[in-house]
Amino acid sequence: MATVTRELGSQLLYHMKLMRELEHRIENLYRQGKIVGGVFFGRGQEAISAGSAILTGPEDVVCPCHRDLAAFLIRGMPPWVVLAHYLGRKDGPTRGRDGNTHMGALPLGIISYISSMAAIVPVANGVAFSFQYRKQPNVVLCYFGDGATSRGEWHEALNFGAVFKLPIVYLCNNNQYAYSTPVSRQMAVEHITDRAQGYGIPCQRVDGNDVVAVHDATRKAIARARKGEGPTLLECETFRMTGHSAHDGAEYVPKELLEKWKKKDPILRFEKYLLEHKLLSRRDIDGLYAKVQTEVEAAVTRAEQSPYPDPGELLEGVYALAEKDH
Amino acid sequence: MPMLTYIEAIRQGIWEEMERDDRVFMLGEDIGAYGGAFKLSTGMQEHFGPNRIVDTPLAENAFVGAAIGAAMMGLRPIVEMQFADFISTCYDLIVNYAAKARYRWGAGVPIVIRGPSGGGVHGGPFHSNNPEIAFVHTPGLKVVVPATAYDAKGLIKAAIRDPDPVLYFEHKLLYRRIKEDVPAEDYVVPLGQARTARTGKDISIITYGAMVYTALEAAEKLAQEGDGVDVEVVDLRSLVPLDSEAVLASVRKTNRVILLHEDTRTAGFAGELAAQMASDAFDYLDAPVLRVTAPDCPVPYSPPLEEAFLPQAADVMAAVRRLMAY
Repeated sequence: MATVTRELGSQLLYHMKLMRELEHRIENLYRQGKIVGGVFFGRGQEAISAGSAILTGPEDVVCPCHRDLAAFLIRGMPPWVVLAHYLGRKDGPTRGRDGNTHMGALPLGIISYISSMAAIVPVANGVAFSFQYRKQPNVVLCYFGDGATSRGEWHEALNFGAVFKLPIVYLCNNNQYAYSTPVSRQMAVEHITDRAQGYGIPCQRVDGNDVVAVHDATRKAIARARKGEGPTLLECETFRMTGHSAHDGAEYVPKELLEKWKKKDPILRFEKYLLEHKLLSRRDIDGLYAKVQTEVEAAVTRAEQSPYPDPGELLEGVYALAEKDH
Repeated sequence: MPMLTYIEAIRQGIWEEMERDDRVFMLGEDIGAYGGAFKLSTGMQEHFGPNRIVDTPLAENAFVGAAIGAAMMGLRPIVEMQFADFISTCYDLIVNYAAKARYRWGAGVPIVIRGPSGGGVHGGPFHSNNPEIAFVHTPGLKVVVPATAYDAKGLIKAAIRDPDPVLYFEHKLLYRRIKEDVPAEDYVVPLGQARTARTGKDISIITYGAMVYTALEAAEKLAQEGDGVDVEVVDLRSLVPLDSEAVLASVRKTNRVILLHEDTRTAGFAGELAAQMASDAFDYLDAPVLRVTAPDCPVPYSPPLEEAFLPQAADVMAAVRRLMAY
């Protein structure tokens, strides 16, 4: 097991809490009608993106999915920019062209996923391929859910990644439901790792609600990738503590399952770990949470001040400007 | 100037771009030691190495996705689709990922997807298609359809240097049937500039790809058979961007127009051109706008069926005579 330092512990707790609080605010803004379209949350799954993305270096790349907000934050996307994006404002990373977690920023090493789940996996391979092509010692973290692993693109991509020994870590958040479909209806094997094994990819099941376990497993997988030993798949077992999106009441999820998983909340668990290991005091934690609240409030204020895009910009960026980019 | 076939001209264009720019590489099925299904890349892997002429698993999503990811990281991938027909298997990545990335979040995807399209070689329903229109209809993509060896080289070079995703549909019937002088030096044919393949004053045939030769054959026969009709043939060279000005200028000159393509009829490119004529050249037209296209039917295998499917010079001549009667 890796030793968690006070510094790493604070960072992990901060990003998990920031993700949760930011998502709470996004949900409120959605219920108030200020955020339109659909909103998707990773509540209860914060340990997965936080515990893994924290390990990336400046030249590494992450390809987060819709339940991986902490990866965006860790890579340096400011909370107010995230909110401006959700609010459809000009200062978001898509300038109002897209919503929810469809965000990317090449300078931050964040590649945007798209709604057809698993389409990001072959694209993430391409990023890893570029590292291999240029002999750069960098890695890609590619995130997806259990549902995505049923798609052909996922299977093609895992096979391709294995054949080329790409420097990539495939991180599955198995939250046991793809919209309303339980894993048992998604596949006849028991685990996502059973699927990956067929491609010759080393894989591991990880307690996805234990940020230390996620961090530890990802660290080893990244080390393998950097050494040129190829991809690893980590199946992070967790549970979706919300509906598929905010409009989904998830009545199809048995209440007792939610109750059971509530007790495994990754933030509360990590608080306990930090206290038990005397890495942070209760006071440290409360101070950190107060800081998160202040930052989220400031982010909302700043995002709401961002203007809406001008309809005159509608056609900008469908193609590159002729004089640029050549 | 050396005489090159159409396929040799494409190969020379790619070869020169790979020499010029080490970001350029090609990936696809059987393109390495084997040299590709049509032998376009014979000897290329030997020269450029397996890292730049990359054999992939039989998985279009995997290698198109990899090209997209690598392109976003600054490389210049060329994807060989073994047959253009197979592009339907990776439609999602092309239209949802590649086409929208720049518009959504400013990530340019400078890929070229090229491959043999078209009928006339008894390839049957899965090796004869002209799939261009689906991509013409997707904002964010460019679509190139060379007819001559000179253009094949100049357009592939322009496509590789282009900052946006380009679909480059070669016509397999032309691969070794066309041979002409092609400059050995570097030149590009800019995307979006039509070419007058034959100058005439009485009627315009607007076409592209292998149908350019069908139009020219019809024009010569009409001249020989004493019809006294002077036919102009406009070769579009690229469908997106479209040189509308050149098309309209020809129609304003001749006042009669036939829209000819090998693709099937309903919602084919001729429909779009006809709409442009109706709105922008109505006052100049002395006769109805006529389409000569393949019928709405899969491309059949058996020679007499395929011949009946493909537009023939006789069909074009009949259309010309019909319009000249006005």
